[in-house]
Amino acid sequence: MLVSPSPHIHTDVTTRRLMRDVIIALVPATLVALLFYGWAEFFVLLVSIGSCVLLEWLITRFMFRKPSTIGDLSAVVTGLLLALNLPSSTPLWVVAIGAVVAIGVAKMSFGGLGQNVFNPAIVARVFLLISFPVYMTSWPLPDISSAWNFCVDAVTGPTLLGQLKEGGLTEGISLSGALFQGGSAGEISDLALIAGFIYLLVRRVIKPWITLSIWATVLLFALVAWLIAPDAYPQPLISLCTGGIMLGSIFMATDYVTSPMSNKGGIIFGIGIGLITMVIRYWGAYPEGVSFAILIMNAFVPLINKMCKSKKFGRA
Amino acid sequence: MRKLTFKMGGIHPADKKISSNSKIEILPLPEKVYVSMAQHLGAPATPVVAVGDTVKVGDVIAEPSGFVSAYVHSPVSGVVKAIAPRADIAGNLVPHIEIEVSGDEWREDIDLSTTLITDIPENPADIINKVKLAGVVGLGGATFPTHIKLSPPPGKKAECIILNGAECEPYLTSDNRIMIERSSEIIIGAALLSHAMGDCPVVIAIEENKNEAIMTMSSKLSSLQHTTSVCGKLSIKVLQKKYPQGGEKQLIDAVMGRQVPSGKIPIDVGAVVQNVGTALAVYEAVQKNRPLITNVMTVTGDCQLVQHNYQFRIGTPLSFIAEQAGGVPASAAKIISGGPMMGKAISNMEATTVKGTSSLLYLTEEQTKRRPGSACIRCGRCAGACPMGLEPYLLFKLAKVSDMEALESNAVQDCIECGCCLYSCPASVPLLDMIRPAKADVLRIIKTRK
Repeated sequence: MLVSPSPHIHTDVTTRRLMRDVIIALVPATLVALLFYGWAEFFVLLVSIGSCVLLEWLITRFMFRKPSTIGDLSAVVTGLLLALNLPSSTPLWVVAIGAVVAIGVAKMSFGGLGQNVFNPAIVARVFLLISFPVYMTSWPLPDISSAWNFCVDAVTGPTLLGQLKEGGLTEGISLSGALFQGGSAGEISDLALIAGFIYLLVRRVIKPWITLSIWATVLLFALVAWLIAPDAYPQPLISLCTGGIMLGSIFMATDYVTSPMSNKGGIIFGIGIGLITMVIRYWGAYPEGVSFAILIMNAFVPLINKMCKSKKFGRA
Repeated sequence: MRKLTFKMGGIHPADKKISSNSKIEILPLPEKVYVSMAQHLGAPATPVVAVGDTVKVGDVIAEPSGFVSAYVHSPVSGVVKAIAPRADIAGNLVPHIEIEVSGDEWREDIDLSTTLITDIPENPADIINKVKLAGVVGLGGATFPTHIKLSPPPGKKAECIILNGAECEPYLTSDNRIMIERSSEIIIGAALLSHAMGDCPVVIAIEENKNEAIMTMSSKLSSLQHTTSVCGKLSIKVLQKKYPQGGEKQLIDAVMGRQVPSGKIPIDVGAVVQNVGTALAVYEAVQKNRPLITNVMTVTGDCQLVQHNYQFRIGTPLSFIAEQAGGVPASAAKIISGGPMMGKAISNMEATTVKGTSSLLYLTEEQTKRRPGSACIRCGRCAGACPMGLEPYLLFKLAKVSDMEALESNAVQDCIECGCCLYSCPASVPLLDMIRPAKADVLRIIKTRK
């Protein structure tokens, strides 16, 4: 007979199941990316996920000398998110370097899952952006006709935010154009990402507060800017639907490990991300700032957790 | 009617009330009973019989040995065979009185009829005294001597008695059964409690998943409303199904909307919580002169073939009860006394029932197996589930490094050990396993300061 302290029953929600749900939530965005970027995207995904999982296995087995943790599927999530954060034309060796940075530097050197301060996939993306700016800013245009044809090279073009930065295009962007955009592979369709968001909420994997506070901050910021100078700044909804806001706010900023514990903390975190993103977009050197914003706010998480102590029962 | 609940945290495990329709059966008498001297919170009772004495059912066999202590009565008639230490369910040695059963002869002044006696003694002190002499203790789990709870310290006044019929632990159904089968007695018992505390209002709080109990109690209450004026003080409120709804502090929050401050007790906010089983014991004690020598327990589990609710004599060996219920199921991997959230795993089936015994619960390995703990992913589910608003992940970390000051400032002493944190952890981090001893240490430190 077993004897152990109470409680004697446990939830069936495990780390593995939570990670599996995140993967399922990313399926629509991944399918859209594959549909429009074809083989190129397929190999980026394969190399990214494959190297992340392999690296985690090697590090846990031969450096930590502990049982492998790849079964919790968190390395798959990191690999998948990294791939979706890159242009589909990224050379595969660059993707592999990204995986080394994500798993080796950003995750395992801190001690593995749960210990890292910064979101591994974003650390890798920003590392690649700074180290290989040419590869990381040439954006293939989503093209369903040439996607699965090996003989045709994808045509590249600037992203909507890139065009905005250059000063063109303030008139020309329609909302439908923003909902379906070129850029990192995972950013094509906002609707696919929002479908994932709804799935995560229904499965109670994440709470909506971080994501919603990012959206609200971006909208409000863009609204004020647009009201002051409608010629210089895009419409608020366009701001919300372009670039990495959706992918970042739904899948990257909500990473348990690198976001605050409490709802209140989550809202502060989200507002911070929204503000920094918009400041970088409007006045910074880069056309997009979601990645930087999330990394900067990641650093504030311990402080936010300390500030937002839970209200305790029976205590003033 | 709006269903009440507590505001902070809580979880929704499957309620598994598979034994809720099994009527209460009278368990046969064993050949021998072993009556523990430590069946209540506080100082163990002192035996007042000697080896060789002949006792009747209901005779006092042990007396309270301090202010917080309780009488113990013989649950059977027979001969005292030994007074010696014996292992309880956890294997700890506790003095027991061993009685060899012969016949079933009751003390003459105990009323064994089933006639409902609705007349309530005029003097509240008589009620409290009878409760004390009958050895009644709280049957909701803590087994705190009831007569002490009924005599609040000077300056404190009860504004509301909450009769706890939440039974929020999965599987347990004994409270549900007595609310269905002994509803009139429970209502008179509640009226007695009310009168003992100055005709204080009583709210009978029942969780929504016990529909039959709610209906029966409601209809019996309305038919008894006219028999005595005190019954006018009684009302029934329905609670949402949520664990730990039956926790004292949670229940007061749900019913009265008041939070018992940290380090204080319910009477400090004008509340007194009594279990429905205690109300029944109070009825028996005051109206029938019958001391607390029986209680109702559930024998259940998904692997248990036939579900039972038994009325047992205190001191009956658990192995005897298991045998009567068809033997321990082959696939049972853990036997629990109490519910699956807060009950104790039994290591010793030769241990015996005590006043507060509520169940024998069989869980299979599949159901109770602990997954190996993995890294905390900081999802915050433990903090969201904690009904006391604590941060279990933080307390766990602090407990690991024995940072007593930080543990105290993060309120580890407020932990009610409900198990919500460990239940809900996706990484199976042994949160409560580490927090429980840390809480005990901090409480000891606080005590030495006084």
